[in-house]
Amino acid sequence: MSSFLTSSFMHNIFGGLAQGVIFSLVALSLVIIWQSTHVLNFAQGAMAMFATYVGLTEIGRGVGYWWCVLLSVVVGMALGGATERVLIRPLYGKPEINPIVVMVGFLAVLEAVATSIWTSTARTIAAPFSQIYFQSHGKLVLLSPFIIFQIVLAIGIMLLVAALFRFTKLGLQLRASALAPEVARLLGVRVNRMLTIGWMLSAGVGAIAAVILASGSFGLFPTDMDGVFVAGFIAAAVGGLESPIGAIAGGLLIGLAEQFILAYWSPNVAPLGGIIILVVALMIRPQGIFTKSVGRRV
Amino acid sequence: MIRVDDLSVSYGAVKALRNVSLEASPGLITAVLGANGAGKTTLLRTISGLVNPVGGDIHLGDTSLLRMPTEEICRLGLAHVPEGRGVIEELTVEDNLRLGALASKVDIAEGLEAQYAQFPALGDRRKKYCATLSGGERQMLAMARALIAQPRVLLLDEPSLGLAPQVTSDLMKLILRLCESKNLTVILVEQNAKGALRIAHNAVVLHLGAVVASGDAQTVAADEDLRRYYLGLVE
Ligand SMILES: Nc1ncnc2c1ncn2[C@@H]1O[C@H](COP(=O)(O)OP(=O)(O)OP(=O)(O)O)[C@@H](O)[C@H]1O
Ligand SMILES: [Mg+2]
Repeated sequence: MSSFLTSSFMHNIFGGLAQGVIFSLVALSLVIIWQSTHVLNFAQGAMAMFATYVGLTEIGRGVGYWWCVLLSVVVGMALGGATERVLIRPLYGKPEINPIVVMVGFLAVLEAVATSIWTSTARTIAAPFSQIYFQSHGKLVLLSPFIIFQIVLAIGIMLLVAALFRFTKLGLQLRASALAPEVARLLGVRVNRMLTIGWMLSAGVGAIAAVILASGSFGLFPTDMDGVFVAGFIAAAVGGLESPIGAIAGGLLIGLAEQFILAYWSPNVAPLGGIIILVVALMIRPQGIFTKSVGRRV
Repeated sequence: MIRVDDLSVSYGAVKALRNVSLEASPGLITAVLGANGAGKTTLLRTISGLVNPVGGDIHLGDTSLLRMPTEEICRLGLAHVPEGRGVIEELTVEDNLRLGALASKVDIAEGLEAQYAQFPALGDRRKKYCATLSGGERQMLAMARALIAQPRVLLLDEPSLGLAPQVTSDLMKLILRLCESKNLTVILVEQNAKGALRIAHNAVVLHLGAVVASGDAQTVAADEDLRRYYLGLVE
């Protein structure tokens, strides 16, 4: 058993999961927005980065780690809500390319502003968890208290989001607004408000992904989320864009794929993991991963 | 009470309603009849704020509904069962019902209980996803989901569509019973003129977006020309 935990196979499993949960969080956040407003938010990663940078600025003033996390999430939610209200709402009913163009522009603006305020060097917040790997009979287990924290936090957030959608009145109204906006309106649901709340939730989930990066040994730099966004985007696409579970599974799969490529091939080509998963998914579903499930009315 | 004054609606070049006026009062069923494309659905959608009129006004009591968002009109106590019923297939029966109650002050548990008592078939299927319901069950659910909020006004768009004759006749009796017992203002849109006129107190006949006749249901039902040319009741 102990030699199993320290095997290189398990090293890769742990490493892949640690990376994968970050992709899953981003993928989940993309799916929340896609389901409610049918926008592919290309600025999702940059918004998360920006929110976390704002959260980090508090660290110098002696605020504890958990306050930084909370602040990043709150700033992320505010940014998400404001983005929906100001940038996206005027574009409903317009061609689907419009919000994509706007959000790609917003991504560039956020990264430029972050770089000019905080420079392009990586910033870290030290999480109150050790980064030192566990050992078993003198051999390394590729798990540290921090990695366990990162996986538990990500899974906890996903469960929280799932519970909110599944079990609360707000979640029911969010689901109805996404599934059948007109019927929801006829039943008195304030659909516009639900769309804003959907963006807020999504940006809050995204911020957690950036917070985890910032808490890790490499820290977070302004364009750091670009690669994470691509992986999260592929994960969401492979999962079908309509399915939160699919997105989460896609994220884990890509994390694992990248880790195994890194270990058995070369670290330089690790990002190919996502592409390989995408190609395989396209081979299984040649009709396209963006095809909507049948019977869905807008 | 619902009062529609001189209402006109256009979809681009298509004039769907032309200077339509009508009144619907509490405790009475007002049937709106007419052939395909007469403008019946457009009339209900305009009352609910889903379509903006180019002219005229709509009042619920003393409140003008013009330019009011659909969700706020609903919250004034107006329930609209849309054409095709609007059951959300991806949700369970119970979630559809709960959704109907959320915007009102009704206690959800009590509301559910009352609707399950009224429609026992829904109670048996409460955990089922609505994609599995039959047409009749969907109509029941749509009615229950509208009633759970205890509305003052009920707009029904072709509730009998696709239902067997016996089910239709039961449904019509239910609508009449609800209208009278709860003092509901009911606007009943139907192509099935015969069934609707049997329970309606008043009737309005639309043709190409204009009112061609209105009055008490018996008078409309007895008019040979109306029956022949607009209601399809004479072969
Ligand atoms: N969204 C729309 N865009 C353009 N024209 C429309 C739209 N909805 C309805 N119309 C047109 O408006 C007219 C009235 O349509 P409406 O649906 O109100 O009729 P209806 O009386 O409900 O018919 P049916 O009995 O077939 O349901 C028709 O000529 C129809 O083609
Ligand atoms: Mg119609």
